[in-house]
Amino acid sequence: MEGTAIRLQGLRKSFGQTAAVAGVDLEIRDGEFFSMLGPSGSGKTTVLRLIAGFETPSGGSVELAGRDVTRLAPFERDVHTVFQDYALFPHMTVEQNVAYGLKVRRVPKAERLVRARRALAEVRLEGYGRRRPSELSGGQRQRVALARALVGRPRVLLLDEPLGALDLKLREQMQIELKAIQREVGITFVFVTHDQEEALTMSDRIAVFHQGRIEQVGAPAEIYERPETEFVASFVGTSNLLRAESAQRILGSPGTYSVRPEKIRVLKESALADEPDVATATGTVAEVVYLGDATRFLVDLDAGGRLTALQQNLETSAEDVAAYRGTRVRLTWHRRHAVRVPDAR
Amino acid sequence: MTVAAQTAGQGPRAAARRLAGALHRRPRLRLALLLAAPLLWLAVLYLGSLSVLFVSAFWTTDSFTSQVVKVWSADNFHALFTTPVYRQVIGRSIGVALAVTALCVVIAFPVAFYTARVARPRWRPLLVVAILTPLWASYLVKVYAWRLILSQGGLADWMLKPLGLSGPGFGLPAAVLTLTYLWLPYMILPVHTALAQLPDNLLDASADLGARPGRTFGSVVVPMVLPSVAAGSIFTFSLSLGDYITVQIVGGKTQLIGNLVYSNIELDLPMAAALGTVPVVVIVLYLLAMRRTGALSSI
Repeated sequence: MEGTAIRLQGLRKSFGQTAAVAGVDLEIRDGEFFSMLGPSGSGKTTVLRLIAGFETPSGGSVELAGRDVTRLAPFERDVHTVFQDYALFPHMTVEQNVAYGLKVRRVPKAERLVRARRALAEVRLEGYGRRRPSELSGGQRQRVALARALVGRPRVLLLDEPLGALDLKLREQMQIELKAIQREVGITFVFVTHDQEEALTMSDRIAVFHQGRIEQVGAPAEIYERPETEFVASFVGTSNLLRAESAQRILGSPGTYSVRPEKIRVLKESALADEPDVATATGTVAEVVYLGDATRFLVDLDAGGRLTALQQNLETSAEDVAAYRGTRVRLTWHRRHAVRVPDAR
Repeated sequence: MTVAAQTAGQGPRAAARRLAGALHRRPRLRLALLLAAPLLWLAVLYLGSLSVLFVSAFWTTDSFTSQVVKVWSADNFHALFTTPVYRQVIGRSIGVALAVTALCVVIAFPVAFYTARVARPRWRPLLVVAILTPLWASYLVKVYAWRLILSQGGLADWMLKPLGLSGPGFGLPAAVLTLTYLWLPYMILPVHTALAQLPDNLLDASADLGARPGRTFGSVVVPMVLPSVAAGSIFTFSLSLGDYITVQIVGGKTQLIGNLVYSNIELDLPMAAALGTVPVVVIVLYLLAMRRTGALSSI
């Protein structure tokens, strides 16, 4: 599992006047499930296309397994891509689609068929080989695209928002399957998504993209629990920031702090919370949102600013929840859950 | 006024509303009314005249009086298959149609590739218009222009002279050349559309899986454009098969089916009808062959 699968150095890409990728340095390890997370237009897909070779960089370099491939065409790179809209060849059957990469590489026909069938079995599509892509559902097409990219056993598999077009249930199911397949085949996966939950649940490590740059790279827990920039704190998870003035009054030091909503407890204003390690703030409930398994409280703080708190509905139910609106509450959280976010660069 | 009286109402607007309502409730009647006029047109004017043509092909002509004798006989069709001249002309006509179609494909592909994928996007609509402009000019004007080009000492001769060659003159090659020029836009247009609609990510996907550009062209671009080529070929093939004017103007002494039909109309109408049936049958066969490529759904 040791070794570097991909190394990007000073990677830049401009389209006309706009810089889609503005200097990216990144190392992705062998066998890793690596996610590139960011809003649309943050440059994550462009980085993926630069790795695949569909675009040539305006500056910097791309290394695959220690070899500089910056100037190589896509067909000279040991990388395969799963496209956002699958890009299956409509004039070929499922089996022909999957075997295409092998055929191009002059793998003998018998072996081609065996490997294509095995790849289809890996994505649980046995017996679908003779159909046309147009005869499949979205989820099935997605898996054909996956099989087609996996069958050649590339060193790296690039996935460009492959679950974006699926409905919620199917997406959750595919997240689990994708992760299982990755563990089985042991190939490095580079997964582009704008869905932070998807990135958090599937990845070994995540890079958060913002305006063509990487804001933070780390394991999901690191990204979520210890965001290093204000953007990461607000993009990953619910934006919940205490700023200078109110931070000073509540936590006793100025600066920007991030507190995750589920770390905050909502108590009656009169409740005492005098433990040394607990921060406390009073305020008025501005809005209550019943989510089924939990309730979200939006609280306007007396010290200024607004915090969101998430409470599991252990005993409360929908009727009780509505009564909270407009009431006075006390929010408490453990001090170590207020994470100092460095000021913007 | 009550609500009922308002909706029932009187006057033309109310009647129109009742009619609209009645039609809405009877979708079959609505469909029948909509299709009546075009179906009548198709059945009476087109299929009707075709069947008259077909029926009259079984009649004969009295060789003394030149009167049509309405007696059933398959002599005309028999003559069609046994007379060497007829067989030659039919074979030549199909050959010309195929040659024109093949030339159109060979020329249209690179042109359409350029206009659909190579040229800058904002030039593309202009290029398509440029390809279509010859269609605005009269057919006869264009054919006579080619007659001038191909005439002795004309443009073709003049341009080929430095190479030590001369132009094709008037004859079969000239007819094929002129027909190719005439019907080329009908081939370029569908191929252009197919190439323009070809999703970029399919080309990316092919390259991603290791295919070099030539391979991608052969395995992805050509098969995906093929139905449109077939669609274009239906135009070029059937237009060429039916033409008899171009060949009169630039074809020298060359005769095609159309010329035989034309010259027989005065002398032997039933024979002309039998000859006229040939291109109809050939085109129906061609359409059946092209249907298998999926061409008919891409017209």
